[in-house]
Amino acid sequence: MTIEAPDAFSGGKTPHFEETARESLADSQLRRNLGKATQTIRRKRAVAVEEMPDWERLREAGRALKSRTLRHLDEYLLRLEESITRAGGQVHWARDGEEANRIIAGIARSHGAGEVVKVKSIATDETKLNEHLEGEGIEAFETDLAELIIQLAGETSSHILVPAIHKNRSEIRELFMQKLGVEDLSDDPPDLAEVARLYLREKFLKAKVGISGANFAVAETGTVCVVESEGNGRMCTTLPPVLVTLMGIEKIIPTWQDYEVFMQLLPRSSTAERMNPYTTFWTGVSEGDGPQEFHLVLLDNGRTEVLADEIGRQTLNCIRCSACLNVCPVYERTGGHAYNSVYPGPIGAILTPQLVGIGKSGSDSLPYASSLCGACYEVCPVKINIPEVLIHLRGKVVRHKQDKGGLKGKLDPENVAMQAMAKTFSERRLYEGAQKAARIGQWPLARSGAIHRLPGRLAGWTDARDLKPIPEQTFREWWRSQNGSGEGA
Amino acid sequence: MTSAREEILRRVRRATHDVPKDERPEDIPVERGYRKEDDAPRDEIVERFAERVAEYEATVHRVNEADLPREVSEALERRGVRWLVVPADLPEGWVPEGVETLRDAAQSQLSNEELDQSDGVLTGCSLGIAQTGTIVLDAGEGQGRRALTLLPDYHLCVVREDQIVGLVPEAFAKLEETVKNEGRAITFISGPSATSDIELNRVEGVHGPRTLEVLIAGREAPM
Amino acid sequence: MRVALFVTCFNDTLFPETGRATVELLERLGIEVEFPLEQTCCGQMHFNTGYQREAIPLVRRFVEVFEDYDAVVAPSGSCVGMVRELYPLAADLANDKRLAARVEELAPKVFELSEFLVGKLEVTDVGAYYPHRVTYHPTCHSLRMLKVGDAPVKLLKAVRGIDFVELPEARECCGFGGTFAVKNADTSIAMLGDKLRHVLDTEAEICTAGDNSCLMHIGGGLKRQRAGLRTVHLAEILANTEEKIKP
Repeated sequence: MTIEAPDAFSGGKTPHFEETARESLADSQLRRNLGKATQTIRRKRAVAVEEMPDWERLREAGRALKSRTLRHLDEYLLRLEESITRAGGQVHWARDGEEANRIIAGIARSHGAGEVVKVKSIATDETKLNEHLEGEGIEAFETDLAELIIQLAGETSSHILVPAIHKNRSEIRELFMQKLGVEDLSDDPPDLAEVARLYLREKFLKAKVGISGANFAVAETGTVCVVESEGNGRMCTTLPPVLVTLMGIEKIIPTWQDYEVFMQLLPRSSTAERMNPYTTFWTGVSEGDGPQEFHLVLLDNGRTEVLADEIGRQTLNCIRCSACLNVCPVYERTGGHAYNSVYPGPIGAILTPQLVGIGKSGSDSLPYASSLCGACYEVCPVKINIPEVLIHLRGKVVRHKQDKGGLKGKLDPENVAMQAMAKTFSERRLYEGAQKAARIGQWPLARSGAIHRLPGRLAGWTDARDLKPIPEQTFREWWRSQNGSGEGA
Repeated sequence: MTSAREEILRRVRRATHDVPKDERPEDIPVERGYRKEDDAPRDEIVERFAERVAEYEATVHRVNEADLPREVSEALERRGVRWLVVPADLPEGWVPEGVETLRDAAQSQLSNEELDQSDGVLTGCSLGIAQTGTIVLDAGEGQGRRALTLLPDYHLCVVREDQIVGLVPEAFAKLEETVKNEGRAITFISGPSATSDIELNRVEGVHGPRTLEVLIAGREAPM
Repeated sequence: MRVALFVTCFNDTLFPETGRATVELLERLGIEVEFPLEQTCCGQMHFNTGYQREAIPLVRRFVEVFEDYDAVVAPSGSCVGMVRELYPLAADLANDKRLAARVEELAPKVFELSEFLVGKLEVTDVGAYYPHRVTYHPTCHSLRMLKVGDAPVKLLKAVRGIDFVELPEARECCGFGGTFAVKNADTSIAMLGDKLRHVLDTEAEICTAGDNSCLMHIGGGLKRQRAGLRTVHLAEILANTEEKIKP
């Protein structure tokens, strides 16, 4: 049974990042597993990238190609539709997740498929496809090993690339023994993989319909591709007679040639390899080879909103490599679930609130789930300036609260403090007055040379850090004492 | 009632209204300053290919083209292959005597069960990419349809030296005609299948052939 | 060259010794420093927290106060980062082309201290003396936004008597992140824990950096742990000489 935990895309309210992060920070197994995993991939990625003398040029080409595509997305969408149709495929358009789910379920039903096999696709997680199919009496079998694991465990993914990173081998062994009816099983990874292989093989050979996502689709030729490691992508896109692919509209690239850029950027950024084990590029249908019926479902579900925001638009450059997750000091410690979204980490912090909309739910807290260190921007293969978008979205969140939040928004303590401080900084006399007032006002808090507890919302600081008191003399007071009241030396 | 298609296109156009009406996609410059071709000597490129394929835990042998039947025979024997899947247009003489072949032809395709129960598959390829140790199949000559190299557990692949290119962009350039004119499916294979989903331990072989063996065939005797 | 000191609201109020040290250091190197008293705050805190409308007047004020100088020096990577990298965005948001033009002129003249010393004055040995074991934490803004590179380390290594030790995993964020330290205190503290661990592993006596914001965070944590390790701003180390041996 599939359980898709309510998240930002489920339509309801979600908790704030600060709350869920507090819980996951205390999960020692997660901290250990995730810390080790991200450190490992980080180092490997650095090696893979260092080998490339033209890495920065590839990044720039990637960014430019995405910019070109997004600025003319309508034209490219139409070209893609034409190319795929010419090649014998069918193109469907879905305004939102619900619509996409209905289209896909409809195709499965029309072929009498009670079971479908799926390749990992975050887009289908976004739309909650599995849940919808189940409601229609169609069972969707996840075939990525990690997706299989979390599906059996009734959990949700915690990492874009390694979804079961939070599970260790003995937990996986338990799971397989219980849910797959295996009697005797070691927790040795190869043995675990063998069990999955046999179980899924049967499904692949029987399935009438395969469902996948897509990494890229070329407008010029209609060529779609799936980039993977295990081979289940090849299975799902080759064996079943019918293939349905769900793809976000932002995944289009202009020409066949442009693959030469993205197929260099993606493997080194994601699994830190020169090339991932398997990539399949297919164009519509090929006679006598693979599915004879191919459907591409183009998904909007908020992407046009992201597109409309001139600063936020770059978010759609994303090729889902997860390099940003692996370098993020926040993600490394809180894990993916803390983001309450199928898109976690730095990219999730900017993509989720834009897809969902500002002022709707806890995803408003996501742009603040960052210290703005910029490590993500450094590694993004398509040069998304994530810190810039984070700051931009924080602005949208604040303005929404101020303009649409009514009295509650205006009286928000943070807002009040910020307004006051802005006023203080706007005039020298106010500023200097405030400096003096703070110095005087701190005396109840400062004892024995340190401030041990700040009041109210600022208590978070003194929970773990000592604070030294405000000094007796400000810099400008000293300057004046040296130089008189003038500006020069 | 607007269709979903019309609605989405309308949204996209509205979202990009900041783009000047007369701007063409080509007006957005894309600097392709990255390496397009490897100018290293041929034998260096071939050697790099051999090394990098081997790094993925595939078995690699450099052989003389004239010795192919013998090399194939020895490989199959080492592996204990008795039922070998071959595409119908596999070059004559590649398959040695004494091996039962299951020929997959357009008019008489092997069933999935037959493929699954075979001991292995022998094919040629379209290209090799030295930079990444990748074998490229384009469902063309000597390769057959995709399922052939997917279901059997052992894939023996012959790569001719002159099929090996240096860099990734060279491969895409070479494949362009085929994709545009015939729309055949392309498969990139870089090592046997692998997963790192269990505690990040790289485990070979979940789906797809768990053993990949490569014979790099050249004109002269290898060192 | 008319050089102005942008001391930053933070240093002005909480770390005046850093401002004093900066002035002493520059004067020792023969630079006449001016301090326009009308300066208050660059607006980073507001801007980065999302109060961008409120930050715009502060941006204007900064530009007005400093635009007539040939160079503006600040002992703060994050504030300089705000001016150089985000002021253009602020001007765009304000829809003010005139402001954008003034920002474009001013921004390249605003320097973080180590950039100014090594890049502009082309000096790495500032004649300092500091007989302590010191490790250096590269703050994220100076590292990734300003890309000061190894300027701070070059300056430190040239200090007489110093025992310089590299900080392990130096590039990792300390977890301060401005209001992040308060809004996401738990995560901030988790990140701080690892930074403290690396600092302690160096067995240094002093941890230094170009930003007092990060140092306040790291120093506050060290103090809470009674680690016996201090934080001192880069300017204060470089200003120190035999005549003024600091405790």
